[in-house]
Amino acid sequence: MNWLFGLFEPGHALGLLALSPPGWGGALLTGLSHTLEIAIGSYILGTVIGVGGAFGKLYGGPIVKDLLAIYTTAIRAIPELIEILLLYYLVPDIVNRFLLSLGRPRIDLPPILVGTLVLGFVLGAYMTEVLRGAILAVPHGQVEAARAYGMTPLQVAHRVTLPQMLAYALPGMANLWLNLTKDTALLAVIGFNELTETSLQAGGTTKAFMLFFTAAGILYLIISALSGRLFALAERRARRGQPSIRGGGI
Amino acid sequence: MTAATAQSAPQDQNGNDRSEAIRVENLHKTFGDLEVLKGVSLTAHEGDVVAIIGGSGSGKSTMLRCINFLETPTSGRIVIAGEDVEMRADGSPASRRQIEHIRQKLGMVFQSFNLWSHKTVMENLIEVPVHVLKVPKAEAIARAEKLLARVGLSDKADVYPAFMSGGQQQRAAIARALAIEPRAMLFDEPTSALDPELVGEVLNVIRDLAREGRTMLLVTHEMKFAREVSDHVIYLYNGQVEEEGPPDQLFGDPKSERLQQFLRTVGW
Ligand SMILES: Nc1ncnc2c1ncn2[C@@H]1O[C@H](COP(=O)(O)OP(=O)(O)OP(=O)(O)O)[C@@H](O)[C@H]1O
Ligand SMILES: [Mg+2]
Repeated sequence: MNWLFGLFEPGHALGLLALSPPGWGGALLTGLSHTLEIAIGSYILGTVIGVGGAFGKLYGGPIVKDLLAIYTTAIRAIPELIEILLLYYLVPDIVNRFLLSLGRPRIDLPPILVGTLVLGFVLGAYMTEVLRGAILAVPHGQVEAARAYGMTPLQVAHRVTLPQMLAYALPGMANLWLNLTKDTALLAVIGFNELTETSLQAGGTTKAFMLFFTAAGILYLIISALSGRLFALAERRARRGQPSIRGGGI
Repeated sequence: MTAATAQSAPQDQNGNDRSEAIRVENLHKTFGDLEVLKGVSLTAHEGDVVAIIGGSGSGKSTMLRCINFLETPTSGRIVIAGEDVEMRADGSPASRRQIEHIRQKLGMVFQSFNLWSHKTVMENLIEVPVHVLKVPKAEAIARAEKLLARVGLSDKADVYPAFMSGGQQQRAAIARALAIEPRAMLFDEPTSALDPELVGEVLNVIRDLAREGRTMLLVTHEMKFAREVSDHVIYLYNGQVEEEGPPDQLFGDPKSERLQQFLRTVGW
């Protein structure tokens, strides 16, 4: 094993990846953890928006449906990079206008919070469509049976529609997760120090661009491989009771 | 029981009046321009088995679905176990709560079973008792085990519906409906989706229920079975009750031209 650690000693080609400065390994791992925090936070936010959006699109009143149609159409039509740039400046501005109107002082929103809100808002539009399709795929008779024995609409959604639709939604949700982990890299343009921005910095400082981009690439690959596993497990569980369809995997 | 008792209410073995389980008065249902039910009435007393027959599209399913409000009646009156469902001026039910309460008294059995596919048979049976009726879980399971034994599925408690035959699924679905301890059962062509060799096992279960005095509305194309188990038969034609009466009369001596024609086409 010593030869392996030797690779990361100062002076060696991979010494630049050492955990403590002058190595950049520690910084990369911090970037990785920022990437994960933002990805997980915005995924949760986007899923919550998506559940509401999907039910709203299917069962909402005309105004709700129209608003949601505008939301999903616009968000999915505009390049994410532009949305991120727009929202990144817009969200803090709106928050501060709101605070000022209440007579409160301006605040500096932490970039990680703004990044999470922005990516979550964007993801919500895609999630709405994935979940809407999945809800439609739930056999209508099973929903009707739930209603027929006196379940409230909330009980029907929670006990039957949501667990059933998960099997249909998870493949799409897994894709969205993968895209999201990569979209966090777009936050590099606004200078947020997630994994990509950190490797840019490291490369800029040391001129070892290839090394750091390869390292970042490998870290993204590890994220997707591990999360692919988790989604496959979740899908297998969601498909319980369904014969013949073998489940899971990205 | 607050039900208004009809003048000549039927009596049970002890000579007591049997109360009304289901009363439908002048039920109308329109889909867009299509008037599917044109003033249908029926009464089922406790223990009655009412068979509903009629051609395809005559409105049998719609009537059954209106009774537990899976379809909203356009107008009419529905009384379940003495509870009069309040309607708004436009005919829609006034209170969602009340509808949910009414539905808990009616055990619906569908043509296509509609068991919840992500739950085992046992989970299907205890779902509504535990989560809607708030029966303690252990008690719900004990009851479900008895019901499964009744329908001959004791060994299938932990099986998912997709791994059972159609006949087994329908028997499980009947047990699921019984598990809510309904005042009446509603069957909508329970054997129409089954292979012929599986029909008998489901009819046997329904026959048992009829014998033990369950109140049932039974929409069916099985004429022989309808004649055998029912106390009263209703022939629907084009959204109206064309003829009704005791089974021997309806099947043995049908008055209406259309009913005679219908019975011929189903090979009676
Ligand atoms: N949701 C609906 N929207 C529009 N029309 C409907 C709807 N449900 C039923 N109908 C129509 O109402 C009529 C009666 O249908 P219904 O299902 O009650 O007939 P049925 O007697 O049960 O026939 P079957 O023996 O084929 O089951 C049919 O013409 C049908 O097309
Ligand atoms: Mg029908």
